[in-house]
Amino acid sequence: MTAALEVQGLGRRYRTRWGLRHCDLSVPVGSVTGLVGPNGAGKTTLLRVAAGLARPTEGTVTVFGAPVHPNGTEHLNRIGYFDQIHPLYRRFRVGEMLAVGRRLNPQWDDEAAHRWIDELGIPLGARVRQLSGGQQAQVALAVCLAKRADLLLLDEPVASLDPLARTRLLQVLMGTVADRGTTVLLSSHIISELEPVCDQLIILSASTVQVASPIDDLLADHRLLVGPAGDPPGVDGHVISTTRTPRQTTVLVRGSTVPIPAGWEVLEPDLEEVVVAYLANPGNGADPGSGAAGPGARAAGPGTGIVGSGADGGAL
Amino acid sequence: MADQALLRFRLDRHSGLPIYRQLVEQVRQALHLGILRPGDQLPPVRDVVGQVAVNPNTVHRAYRELEHQGLVEGQAGRGTFVRETLPGADDPHDELRQHLGEWMQRARRAGLEDEAIDALVVEAKRSTARTERPRSTAGAEDARQMEHTGRTGPTNRRKGEERR
Repeated sequence: MTAALEVQGLGRRYRTRWGLRHCDLSVPVGSVTGLVGPNGAGKTTLLRVAAGLARPTEGTVTVFGAPVHPNGTEHLNRIGYFDQIHPLYRRFRVGEMLAVGRRLNPQWDDEAAHRWIDELGIPLGARVRQLSGGQQAQVALAVCLAKRADLLLLDEPVASLDPLARTRLLQVLMGTVADRGTTVLLSSHIISELEPVCDQLIILSASTVQVASPIDDLLADHRLLVGPAGDPPGVDGHVISTTRTPRQTTVLVRGSTVPIPAGWEVLEPDLEEVVVAYLANPGNGADPGSGAAGPGARAAGPGTGIVGSGADGGAL
Repeated sequence: MADQALLRFRLDRHSGLPIYRQLVEQVRQALHLGILRPGDQLPPVRDVVGQVAVNPNTVHRAYRELEHQGLVEGQAGRGTFVRETLPGADDPHDELRQHLGEWMQRARRAGLEDEAIDALVVEAKRSTARTERPRSTAGAEDARQMEHTGRTGPTNRRKGEERR
């Protein structure tokens, strides 16, 4: 099955700094994938490269099996892109913006676009620049969704939306996933919002992929061990984070299979705990066996950035 | 369409219960209360997703679990329908509930306040917690899978309930 988005060895340099490096990812068709990471980690870069808005310095990017050509019609027809810069023509009226969408996009759903704008209470005659930031975001999202693209690349789509607008957007988004099997890759800082809608998660940190996994597997693979001061004896797997007080040690470990040592408690971490642990310990996340790691540790071939559980040292 | 739904789902993001389990419990509760009766149609996946903004897979998983429990059945092209009801008297957790009530009375007589009771419950839960979390399905029928590289799983991997 062709992945909706596949990147191999992807790197993007900005003068002296690498925005992304050694990225291998494979986003399955029909999945809803959350993209998390600190600001500057490369989330926006990844989305822009996938959209053809930025050119990779190294590596390859394909969307539905075809290499990304920035102005290729085939590519542009299949993707929808949204970011915080709200790609709208500021002097256009909202109605004109929708007309642009209709003329540029062969699969445009004009009825849906107008219905959403109407439900949001945004007047068609208002100029884009007169709208509030949140309203502009909503218009940009309406344009993006009305395109009926097969792959949606959304950079913090709900960041400037009020709680009701957020809920509405996610409802519409999930509706399009249910109806059309749309693939969605969306970045966000709010794990609790991503969790109900996403089935996969990518953690980008230090410009590379720390984690790329189905959320179920991610949670099944990680345990929190809580015990007295000192390290848990004889625990296998890969330690992601360790927190110590004079009396107590808490360890987040991945891929541990041995029984828990006496005197230690084992807990199931929630998704936010796991994500925060990876973000706080970017060096620890890279497991040489996982393929989702730094230089020199990449395994060959597509899909190795995506990990199920593995026999290779409890790779993520 | 949502107006015609017999049941409205609700998500508790902080409950600790996986979302698909919450949906299962809400259907079961509706059956207990007679809000859903045999022959009724469960809200179509599409409508649930429009209501509560969850991944459609999660709803599918909940409906599959209910089917597995013999409570509903999916009819191709038509939807998912209630098969069986759940009268309160037949609640399989009745005995547990009764024992819990007796224990609670003893705890109160021993002078335990809510906090102390909660602490005992948490400790008991933790000491009996499953050390496994359910994994995503690796089946071909679910098209929304990460591509695996063909590695076998770790020895402690068991099939079990799916999380979502």
